[in-house]
Amino acid sequence: MFTEPLLSGITLGGIYALIAMGLTLQYGVARIMNLSYGESLVAASFAALWLFTAVSVNPLVGLLIIVPLAALINWLIYQVLLTPLVRRAANRDALEVDSILATFGLLFVAQGIMLAIFGGNYFSYDFLSIPVKIFGATVSASRLLALGFAVIIGLTLYLGLTRTRAGTAIRAVAVDPVSALLVAIDVRATAAFAYALGGALVAAGGVLVSMFLTFNASLGVVFTMKALIVVIMGGVGNLLGCLIAGMILGLTETFVATYIDPGLTLAATYIIFILVLLLRPQGLFGVKRS
Amino acid sequence: MSARNLVIVLALAGLVALLALVPSVANGYQLSLAINIMNYTVLATAWTLFSGPTRYVSLATVAFFGIGAYTVAVLGEVLAWPLVLLIAFVIGFMLSLLVGLSTLRLSGVYFVIFTFGLAELVRQLVTWYEVNVTRTLGRYVFVDITTEQIYWQLLALAVAVFISGWLIQRSKLGLALRVIGDDEAVARHVGINTTMAKVVLFAFSASFMTLAGAVMAPRWTYIDPAIAFNPVVSFQVLIMALLGGVHRLYGPVFGVIPLALLFEFLLAKFPNHFSIMVGIAFLLIVYAIPRGIVGLIEGAQLSLHRLKGAKA
Repeated sequence: MFTEPLLSGITLGGIYALIAMGLTLQYGVARIMNLSYGESLVAASFAALWLFTAVSVNPLVGLLIIVPLAALINWLIYQVLLTPLVRRAANRDALEVDSILATFGLLFVAQGIMLAIFGGNYFSYDFLSIPVKIFGATVSASRLLALGFAVIIGLTLYLGLTRTRAGTAIRAVAVDPVSALLVAIDVRATAAFAYALGGALVAAGGVLVSMFLTFNASLGVVFTMKALIVVIMGGVGNLLGCLIAGMILGLTETFVATYIDPGLTLAATYIIFILVLLLRPQGLFGVKRS
Repeated sequence: MSARNLVIVLALAGLVALLALVPSVANGYQLSLAINIMNYTVLATAWTLFSGPTRYVSLATVAFFGIGAYTVAVLGEVLAWPLVLLIAFVIGFMLSLLVGLSTLRLSGVYFVIFTFGLAELVRQLVTWYEVNVTRTLGRYVFVDITTEQIYWQLLALAVAVFISGWLIQRSKLGLALRVIGDDEAVARHVGINTTMAKVVLFAFSASFMTLAGAVMAPRWTYIDPAIAFNPVVSFQVLIMALLGGVHRLYGPVFGVIPLALLFEFLLAKFPNHFSIMVGIAFLLIVYAIPRGIVGLIEGAQLSLHRLKGAKA
């Protein structure tokens, strides 16, 4: 009885960590506070659903189509919509306010488009929902597969950021964009790349989520909220922090849903958020920003 | 009081008196439009009261508005009307204190994030409570309030928001807020308790929003959490305030009137694409007129002034 929520909590936590990694790239590197982040996730879920039901493309193959497409779209959004804001912003705070407003508008456009196409109903599809027994608990195969993919994608990202030249440039921009310019890093191109990479990660998260959760067109806000809380709890820009904070959130939610009431998961999320704000606003692994 | 100020005060009093006469000349449709405009005037001005000087973007308007509406739905038939309004006010005030105290000692982004999900949180909590405890999702609002009375109450509320905003601007609190808006670090260094100033102002602003929700509740005869906590309301308030201009307390009025009419038209013509259209309108405003209509007018006045100076 205890292992079942533990396992589904870990899968959910793994997905949350993956989603939050994308947001930490967009916010930590590109300095864009993206409130329409969850809409990208839901859009990817719908894309996976459409590919699976209309053209019967396996969601794992769907990943190969949806993720590059999402990266391209996010790169274009950064170049067309966000670059003007970056140019006119006098400082980091001004960009933060402007990007909040612009992406808040984007949220309603994206949500409106999805509502117009799919309506407000909940959707799900039947993919690999075969029961698998582990440690005496039953989990569906699609959940395990989603967790496996989340781990692979997360590890690849971690190695890419720490072991390659491009990854080092991204981390340099995250730490100090002005000094990054001095060592001949093209800060704007790197920011655009990080933004696109973040969009690709959230799209991957959306495809994986669609394999085992029901979703609807207005679910984006909740995912954005959770990703933001995980990013803050882990410390902005910290990938390991994302992993641990994502696990904490996933496990808390699953245990609250199992033992208390499924209607109170968002309340549990908020209680965690308030605790973080009161006790450790810089995050579990973050350093205080002076 | 100088002669000029006296004229302004008299003109404003006259304007309020004229607005109070609207229900006696307007037909049903016009009155409902007037109520809509008055409601958004209260909400957008209350929003600007806090977010204008501090530059902290609050996305939780509908959380407070919905709490006000729900208070009326639950208590409207049980208690006398003034008492219901008082209770709504107290609930809104307490919640805003909780939000303010947990986020406003940190940088602005935490506040934005917290308010971003707040309406959804309150909606889910109310739904959970109604389903599990009272076992009735959705309530009927039966109170003895006529449409005219709703209008007059909103007008009174709007006057109250403007007067408190004016008083705050002239007080020590107003000065402190302007310093915070310009540079928070400087504000702290000159000995301003920045957290306290922000929390007090936020609680003021949120209480007005809660009252607006309570006053508006009898407009709907049926309320459920999805209606009361509709996120589009927060979004519309934000757009109206930004279009008008948030660096002046009277700025939002210039945004409320054209946009309330535009949204009325869009909602009738494109009910299924409403939020796309509103989103696009919003993006246009953010990119094209970041300082709002009032900012445009002031900019034009300034350049006219310079032009005259250059000629002389």
